[in-house]
Amino acid sequence: MADTTAHKDEEQAPITERIPAVGWVWKNLFSTPLNTVLTLFSLWLIWKVGFSFVDWAFLKGVLFADSRVACREISPHGACWGIISERFDIFVYGRYPHEHRWRVNLSFILLIVALAPVLWETMPFRKRGLLFTVAYPFIAGWLLAGGLFGLDPVNTRNFSGFMLTLVIGVTGISLSLPIGVALALARRSSMPVLRIIAVVFIEFIRGVPLITLLFIASVLLAYFLPPGTDFDLIIRVLIMVTLFASAYMAEVIRGGFQALPRGQYEAAEALGLSYWKSLQKIYLPQVLRISIPGIVNSFIGLYKDTTLVIIIGLLDPLGIGRSLLSDAKWAGLAAEMYLFVALFYFISCFAMSRYSLYLERKLEREQAAEQN
Amino acid sequence: MNTEMQGDSIIRLVNVNKWYGKFHVLRNINLDVKRSERIVICGPSGSGKSTMIRCINRLEEHQQGDIIVDGTTLTDDVKKIGEIRREVGMVFQQFNLFPHLTVLENCTLAPIWVRKTPLKEAEEAAMKYLERVKIPEQANKYPGQLSGGQQQRVAIARSLCMNPRIMLFDEPTSALDPEMISEVLDVMVELAESGDMTILCVTHEMGFARKVAHRVIFMDAGEIVEENNPEDFFNNPQADRTKLFLKQILQH
Repeated sequence: MADTTAHKDEEQAPITERIPAVGWVWKNLFSTPLNTVLTLFSLWLIWKVGFSFVDWAFLKGVLFADSRVACREISPHGACWGIISERFDIFVYGRYPHEHRWRVNLSFILLIVALAPVLWETMPFRKRGLLFTVAYPFIAGWLLAGGLFGLDPVNTRNFSGFMLTLVIGVTGISLSLPIGVALALARRSSMPVLRIIAVVFIEFIRGVPLITLLFIASVLLAYFLPPGTDFDLIIRVLIMVTLFASAYMAEVIRGGFQALPRGQYEAAEALGLSYWKSLQKIYLPQVLRISIPGIVNSFIGLYKDTTLVIIIGLLDPLGIGRSLLSDAKWAGLAAEMYLFVALFYFISCFAMSRYSLYLERKLEREQAAEQN
Repeated sequence: MNTEMQGDSIIRLVNVNKWYGKFHVLRNINLDVKRSERIVICGPSGSGKSTMIRCINRLEEHQQGDIIVDGTTLTDDVKKIGEIRREVGMVFQQFNLFPHLTVLENCTLAPIWVRKTPLKEAEEAAMKYLERVKIPEQANKYPGQLSGGQQQRVAIARSLCMNPRIMLFDEPTSALDPEMISEVLDVMVELAESGDMTILCVTHEMGFARKVAHRVIFMDAGEIVEENNPEDFFNNPQADRTKLFLKQILQH
């Protein structure tokens, strides 16, 4: 008897309650006629677009082929990823001389070594590792450009592809943080001259698009420099990108200083700590911690902005891709190339963004621990 | 040069005036503090009492008059300000501990970097003072993990680690929950009675004033209205403003 009533109850309960997912779908997607129509239309659209893309990119796509024609012979209506697989090396090394490519590889490997102590907090010998991190941009610069200590010089005009992105990105990121801190301090300084210089600099840089600065670097500087001086274009670009990122960084850091309670400054002063000691031991550790989301945000912006160098004739992965398109072998494969480059940037930026999120969560946990 | 003139005064304020914009916060303040003297300063909020003691270690600048601390006249000279701050400890209303450092690190930071004390020595001294404020067992915790009363005691220990000759307390118990006030006051009383430290304390804790102060100063509207020994100050106030103030705070 009891058994049958239970069975009856179960039957009477609407399906939307018995299975939560069904309930959710019903409530959110099919509750009204209009809702139903919109849902069906969206599904149709997703199917249409999504399936066509999957069909084009994967089902009918050709992974390996040595030209567009070869691709089309295999699959006339699919994507031709040959432009990537066949020319992957040129995306990475660009026009960097073949026989010296090991130097780029070594730089990549050393970059991982340099990043390790930053990312891995419990690493043995972390302090010494961080020293290497600080030295890395200079070591990599020497490795890539050569010309010192027996390394053959490589003309920086050949810096291109993914390695160029990395050169600009790493330089910009590693220099903009200290310069940004210095600018933020100058802007907060009680010395009027210092403050005015910082304000003018920051506001000027922030008021001018990066492209303009890059044009200044590539064209205008030549007028100011004495004739005959060959001031490396890459160096000029690095300076401009770094200055640009530093101005934004300065504002992020300044925000951090403002968020620090006034009592922290007073306590440090009352103890008789010097300005620089307080900065090093009390202000900066707290300010940098507060500013992490803003700092990483600036890094991501800077990293993506590196594509702008294409405007002044430098070949980043996007530039390399475009130059490939003008090759008769690969002409017409713009979609594949742009998708690949987009994916490359997405992976790098998404990784940075996730890392920032991880750091924030970790700091939140630490702060919670500091308070319990 | 004025060491002889000053006799055994350790702090002298001579005709000190200060303005915030147009607002006259300190009006002709004259104050002589003798070595080892303990002074309690009270008065309604906005009367300039905190500002006055903050001028003594130059967290605030005065615009007129002289402030002479331990024979050194306060000017813009950064070096002299540093010298004075080394000898003058300060405890704040909001504790102002460094949240990213442990209790022990809070205490050893200034001795190590200002006094150049070796780490081990600084830590031993810090533990001694943490014992004195009765929280040696919290040494490795972070300030955020402590109660307000404990934090304020750490702040006292942090100041003591610099072996200051003068201690300034700026409303040390005002931000505390009532049940924590006494643990901080006990430490302060013990500190006052055990040593020859010069103490200036801004507070409304009248029991504390009666117990340890040599002199109570009443300030209102930027002026020192009245000063006297605690006995006479509380039993026989002279100025009307003092009477009113005492009536207000003793009502509760």
